[in-house]
Amino acid sequence: MSDLKFEPWNDPKAVPLISFRNVTKRFGDFIAIDNQTFDIFEHEFFALLGPSGCGKTTMMRMLAGFETPTEGKISLAGQDIAPIPPNKRAVNMMFQSYALFPHLTVWNNIAFGLKREGMAPDAIDARVAEMLKLTRMEKFASRKPHQISGGQKQRVALARSLAKAPKLLLLDEPLGALDAKLRQETQFELVDIQEKTGTTFIIVTHDQEEAMTVATRVAVMDHGQIIQADTPDRIYEMPNSVYVADFIGDVTIIKGRVSPSDDGYEIHHAEGLPPLFAKSNLSLKNGTGAYLAIRPEKISIAAEQPSSARNAIKGAIQDIAYLGNLSTYHVELPNGTIVKAQATNNRRLANRPFTWEDEVWLSWTDTAAVLLDH
Amino acid sequence: MKHLTWFSATSLALGFAFLYLPMIILVIYSFNASKLVTVWAGFSTRWYGELIQNEAFLDAAWVTIRVAVASSTLATILGTMAAYTLVRAGRFTGRTLFSGMIYAPLVMPEVITGLSLLLLFIGIGLDRGIFTIILAHTTFSMCFVSVVVSARLVAFDRSLEEAAMDLGCAPMEAFRFVTLPIIAPAVISGWLLAFTLSLDDLVIASFTAGPSATTLPIKIWSSIRLGVSPEINALSTILIGIVTVGVISASLISKRGAIRRQNEEQAALRA
Repeated sequence: MSDLKFEPWNDPKAVPLISFRNVTKRFGDFIAIDNQTFDIFEHEFFALLGPSGCGKTTMMRMLAGFETPTEGKISLAGQDIAPIPPNKRAVNMMFQSYALFPHLTVWNNIAFGLKREGMAPDAIDARVAEMLKLTRMEKFASRKPHQISGGQKQRVALARSLAKAPKLLLLDEPLGALDAKLRQETQFELVDIQEKTGTTFIIVTHDQEEAMTVATRVAVMDHGQIIQADTPDRIYEMPNSVYVADFIGDVTIIKGRVSPSDDGYEIHHAEGLPPLFAKSNLSLKNGTGAYLAIRPEKISIAAEQPSSARNAIKGAIQDIAYLGNLSTYHVELPNGTIVKAQATNNRRLANRPFTWEDEVWLSWTDTAAVLLDH
Repeated sequence: MKHLTWFSATSLALGFAFLYLPMIILVIYSFNASKLVTVWAGFSTRWYGELIQNEAFLDAAWVTIRVAVASSTLATILGTMAAYTLVRAGRFTGRTLFSGMIYAPLVMPEVITGLSLLLLFIGIGLDRGIFTIILAHTTFSMCFVSVVVSARLVAFDRSLEEAAMDLGCAPMEAFRFVTLPIIAPAVISGWLLAFTLSLDDLVIASFTAGPSATTLPIKIWSSIRLGVSPEINALSTILIGIVTVGVISASLISKRGAIRRQNEEQAALRA
């Protein structure tokens, strides 16, 4: 199966659908996008993830044609898109507010783009019917936008933006207005529709879980730059910086000085405590400062000192966050550092082995933690 | 507030009497059989009959209606364009100055507007007639349209236009197919407002009208100087009727639009 894996970004021969080359966008003195160069490939579901104001929406609006880059070049299928106005681009966008036309029915909303294209009436009928079926909105064709629910509006907006069969579909926080449960269902629906239509999707979101669920690749952005763009699992397991590690999921960051040892480094993080060890490919000089990032679920928690593990430290439980299926223990080390460790609640709460103030041993494997130099 | 206290009932009655008593008296006397305006001599529609025979009044009425239709249409087009530009163009140099200048004629004394228009028409050698009245009325009613339309445009979700462009509309088409249908209630009530303003304007029309074209308010004003005839009461009653219908429908149209928007918003929130 491995040769069937969809990874065009690792294939040097693959031709990108979209390429950004040294793109910078400034609004006055504010730099929204800072000299970005990257590629997005056909059939990808690419997520732009970041806090508000990081430039993700600007990136998308430049693709849609509502903003033009100050410097650099964006091409779509090999063609520079800067001179092409939004109405002539093979790109459609699903707006955050859905932007359904309130004076038109669901049917006419979906048909809007096709009519502007000058498609024949019976071809429009067929295409709209197909879109209504795809989004399971057949029954609501004659309703006006104010007569349908939020989830239904979201589906109509999706149908409308897919109707013209764009090369690229842009989704601006498409699920932002839905409640948590509907949101999860819709995420899978989106992936399904993306696979069925084969369209390239770019989604903008600030919800990391959403990005991880739907995307083939996630680009984590900050201050107008893509810090890391990679598959969800690599973003989570192999973040390239403290920013990415901290932005995605829960993590404990331990700062220390490194000394080379075996095929990794020992990290001296506190006076009087034994150094921690992590395998790493980084080449760091003896004594430089670095950060160790450890995910809570990769830490085991025990009453006795584990005999085999190289990374084992003792601490006292300071806080317990009970999440039902899991509990997150906040363990304070003798030097005051708090380490988060997670354990599955495979026994009833009353039989939980640890409680507040208990002394416990935390341990993890040599590969569990990631060493980061910035 | 189901029961009015005697105090509020009295003040309400006094207020309305103050506003409407003169008009009610006028309407009542328009049905007076007597030739003497202030002496009641029984009910009659005689003066309405005579009014229809009066060529001068009918001509003036015809001029007034043509002026009102033409000037309110022109004012609606120009006022909508101005509102659209001011709301949409974003921050350009002098934007505040321009919006101030659009609204200034609202508070400008009519005498000054009339006089300055008269000077302009004389200056450029334009013969005064129906055309100059239309221009003058367009000038002063345009800012009213602009106020009504821009109030609606401010609340208009910009992404709707972007969505239209994204789906293949050139900017003008986006306006034609999306923006205009949505702001239509405001545009229509702007037109009705301009129409009523033009219909009952006396001051500006007297400055800009020529011997060839006399509007109804001018005609009424000049005949009153020779003494009030019951015919004028009849005519005024008709005018009051037209203006009332215009104002009520303008406010109904914009109110219905507002209620519908509110319902849509609430439905969207519930969803």
